Amino acid sequence: MRAGIGSRAGVTLAAWVAALLMFFPIAWTIITSFKSEVEAIDVRALLHFQPTLVSYREVLARAQYLDYALNSLIVSVGATLLVAILAVPSAYSMAFHPARSTRGLLLWMLSTKMLPPVGVLMPIYILFRSVGLLDTRSGLILIDTLANLPLAVWMLYTFFKEIPRDILEAGRMDGARPAAEIRHLLLPLALPGLASTCLLSLILCWNEAFWSLTLTASAAAPLTAFIASFSSPEGLYFAKLSAAATMACAPILVLGWLGQRRLVRGLTFGAVK
Amino acid sequence: MTSAGRAQRGTRLWMPSVIFLAAGSMIPLVMTLWFSTLRYDLTAPGQDGFRGLQNYQFLLTDPVFWASLRVTFVLVGAVLLTTIGLGILGAALFSARFPGRSAARLFAIAPFFVMPTVSALIWKDLLMHPVYGVFGIVARHVGGTAVDWFGDYPLLSLIVILSWEWLPFSLLILLTAMQSLDQEQLEAARMDGAGALARFVWITLPHLRRAINVVVMMETIFLLAVFAEIFVTTAGGPGTATTSLAFLIFGRALLQFDVGVAAAGGVIAIILANVVAALLARTFAPQLER
Repeated sequence: MRAGIGSRAGVTLAAWVAALLMFFPIAWTIITSFKSEVEAIDVRALLHFQPTLVSYREVLARAQYLDYALNSLIVSVGATLLVAILAVPSAYSMAFHPARSTRGLLLWMLSTKMLPPVGVLMPIYILFRSVGLLDTRSGLILIDTLANLPLAVWMLYTFFKEIPRDILEAGRMDGARPAAEIRHLLLPLALPGLASTCLLSLILCWNEAFWSLTLTASAAAPLTAFIASFSSPEGLYFAKLSAAATMACAPILVLGWLGQRRLVRGLTFGAVK
Repeated sequence: MTSAGRAQRGTRLWMPSVIFLAAGSMIPLVMTLWFSTLRYDLTAPGQDGFRGLQNYQFLLTDPVFWASLRVTFVLVGAVLLTTIGLGILGAALFSARFPGRSAARLFAIAPFFVMPTVSALIWKDLLMHPVYGVFGIVARHVGGTAVDWFGDYPLLSLIVILSWEWLPFSLLILLTAMQSLDQEQLEAARMDGAGALARFVWITLPHLRRAINVVVMMETIFLLAVFAEIFVTTAGGPGTATTSLAFLIFGRALLQFDVGVAAAGGVIAIILANVVAALLARTFAPQLER
């Protein structure tokens, strides 16, 4: 784009102001997390304060914080593994052994996303209650897998489609069975695509809130539910909320930043390049 | 094994996923339909029975239901307009070259990765709190008065928070589309004397149409189901000012344990989502095929 020095400076300024405005709520949370509770609501301590880790220590000292974090980790990783185990063979057969039904199947999978969670809240709740899955990590893993499987199949399908078929044909000539073909030929080639699919699934599971808030109480409650417990606070809690929020979001923010470029393709099913 | 047999095996590998998804969506769907015709109250066991369409009648004659539909549409519509409008502006800005562009881009998309309960609470408390929030403090400092965001403008407050959460999504996708824009075409138009606005309206916007469609569809699906942000900020209030359809059903289901009415609401939510999806698909599908 041809532009004078003046307009270039203008663009730089406008873009940075926009970016920092978007980031401000997060930055403010991080800043507040290093204050004491009194400073967090003291107007005079808005930016003049002695950084302290006291809020982090208090959040961590409540033993449950680590339980919630562990629940988040187990549920996200568990559901993502299950999604990958189911989605890789599906996407493989749809991409490399397409049949007349393939297009219809793919669209049908996507259509299950049109089922709003709240529409099936009651049956899921009652089913889970009757088989003892309420407030369990297995229950959440199951529901997160259901929610993310269609997206994962689509995403892997678009990545697999870009792999030259000749390479797999050659392997098949040499007598490779589908399992060996997937493991030794497809996965190494599709590793970046598989990685971004798993990354998206991890992010969505980690941040999932509807089922976490409705199906868990304490034993299996993940961080999204822990943070929600700050909505009915007692006493001063801004600094503790900030510290807990910073710890809960930092890992996923870093992962998201690392994978952002590939995520676009996944989120749009390859429709936008 | 013959090669035909092997190929056969490869073609069926989608079955576990399809069976899992079919069971996981069809069984609950049929159960919701069934429950919606029952008198089924978890707090009053033993009084269950067939009720026909009375649950639906109950909902459709309840003004709170219609209010929740209005809230849902206002939320979805306002957030879509905001995120797409600002998303296009942002994409135009960020597709220009300037120092530190990659870093600025990372800052701008960060909110997308923040969990919804955190987004809602840091806005409600750290920023919008009338006494201790930054907005109020700064407003008073410059001689103005602090706004009681959630007290006076609860729905607007939610729209602001949700737009902040979803703007990065629309920005990322529109920016990706913007970067595949043919620069030579723009240059040619400029040579022909087309102004900046004309170039934007006649070249850039049509090029972005497909990306805009994708954003509208994805955001609508997610926004129709918005729940956590309402749960931790207003719990649907004051009154029913921020009770969306999703939140209304949640209340009937897990606060009042009225399974029948909640299921009827669920069926309406499912129908609504599919009507909207069908309308969107019909509007947008021709362009997706291209």
